[in-house]
Amino acid sequence: MTPEVTVPPPRPTSARPIALGRPRAVQTAVSTDVRLRARGVSVRYGQALAIDDVSLDVHDRAITAIIGPSGCGKSTLLRVFNRMNDLIPRARVEGRVEMDGVDILGRDIDVVRLRRHVGMVFQKPNPFAMTIYDNVAYGPRRHGVRGRSRLDEIVEHSLRRAALWDEVRDRLKKPATGISGGQQQRLCIARALAVEPSVILMDEPCSALDPIATLKIEDLMTDLARDYTIVIVTHNMQQAARVSHYTAFMLAGEDRTGRLVEFGLTDSLFTAPSDKRTEDYITGRFG
Amino acid sequence: MTRELFEKKLREMQDDVLIMGSMAEKAIQRSIDALRTRDVSLSNAVIADDMAINAKRYEIEEKCIHTIALQQPMAADLRVLVAILFIANELERMADHAEGIGRINLMLGDEPLPRPLGEIGEMADKAGDMLRRSLTAFVERDAESARRICDEDDVIDHLYDAVYHALIQEVIRTPADMQRITYLIWTSHNLERIADRVTNICERIIFMVTGQLEEINVSRY
Repeated sequence: MTPEVTVPPPRPTSARPIALGRPRAVQTAVSTDVRLRARGVSVRYGQALAIDDVSLDVHDRAITAIIGPSGCGKSTLLRVFNRMNDLIPRARVEGRVEMDGVDILGRDIDVVRLRRHVGMVFQKPNPFAMTIYDNVAYGPRRHGVRGRSRLDEIVEHSLRRAALWDEVRDRLKKPATGISGGQQQRLCIARALAVEPSVILMDEPCSALDPIATLKIEDLMTDLARDYTIVIVTHNMQQAARVSHYTAFMLAGEDRTGRLVEFGLTDSLFTAPSDKRTEDYITGRFG
Repeated sequence: MTRELFEKKLREMQDDVLIMGSMAEKAIQRSIDALRTRDVSLSNAVIADDMAINAKRYEIEEKCIHTIALQQPMAADLRVLVAILFIANELERMADHAEGIGRINLMLGDEPLPRPLGEIGEMADKAGDMLRRSLTAFVERDAESARRICDEDDVIDHLYDAVYHALIQEVIRTPADMQRITYLIWTSHNLERIADRVTNICERIIFMVTGQLEEINVSRY
């Protein structure tokens, strides 16, 4: 068999992927530019060390999945990327996370501005108790966008981008709580997109959805990854395998502190993980 | 957490591969014995038994597909199942080569062999031995043995060279026997292909153990 003439992307930092001998053509499409560079990130809640010394590169315009058993610190790490841990009393974050060369954990960072660049979608769809239109227009208005036609434009663009426009275009002035769970989650994605972020964090975005709605979100994520950097926390390994380009596996030890065990190309991690603990977890032998 | 059901299915499929391996090995050996002794009924048995080997291959394939769909294996588990799928296919094709040798014996009809089998018998023994050891390497997850077996394909290739050239000389010497001598060339070619398929099995074993897809030994034919 003749190897395909393709160039695999460079090995991600802190990864130990075992690349298959014949790199798949699809791998060439995966971005290797780094959008978020985490170095030595640790998070404490009071005295408890929740995650310890995590370093990884989140690649630009790619989907990075964070997987691991409950309590391994996946969501804690995700929240580091837009400083959501700042909202938790007694939470303390150490280390650096660089975005465009700037440490977003720095004290002088405007957190509101940061969250405009790094949007978040949560586990349970959480539309505001207002109309569909106002949900999407909420962020732009907060950031000073005025003018009906400009807002109309943003709302339509964001809803189209979230693959929801055709389903709600005739009921933009209806309450957002009246649409289905899957639609609500896509509305939340549209709301995040409306402020033009470059990174979207998703914390178990499909865990409250049925399989059809889940597949719609997954298709949407794949589509969005052409323009946005996506980091998703998921318990669903098949979902991580299906949608992500890179996967990080975290695990908490007996000290209940989460650590990054392995990070690499999803293709490699799910076919030939380099760490025994990753192998055991993804083959269902513990966790 | 253990995956008892999955482990049980895997053991079953591994046993099926071993059973199919013995069926293929037996077919190879019997096809050559039949040719050596000009035993037409034994060749007919080899040809008839090929149906059972084909059926076994589909049975293994079906079990693999069900297990992949229902158990969603990952990493090493997935690699084992992929290896089983490939190995079953290779064994089935090996048995087809044995069936081919069986048909050659039928084509010879009442005519005697143009010359004794000689190295052709040696090729069959060597190929059968490589097959047996490759399946042991599969069960023992032994990539190093698999690599060594791949290297042994050169021995078969050299035997094939020797047989081929000797038979061509024979054709030049006795052109009237060309048809029957050609049948022996076909026989040796079938055995050479069987050894290549053992090499393919070994490549799958290496992939199963290491996660690396490698082409170990490129056949010259």
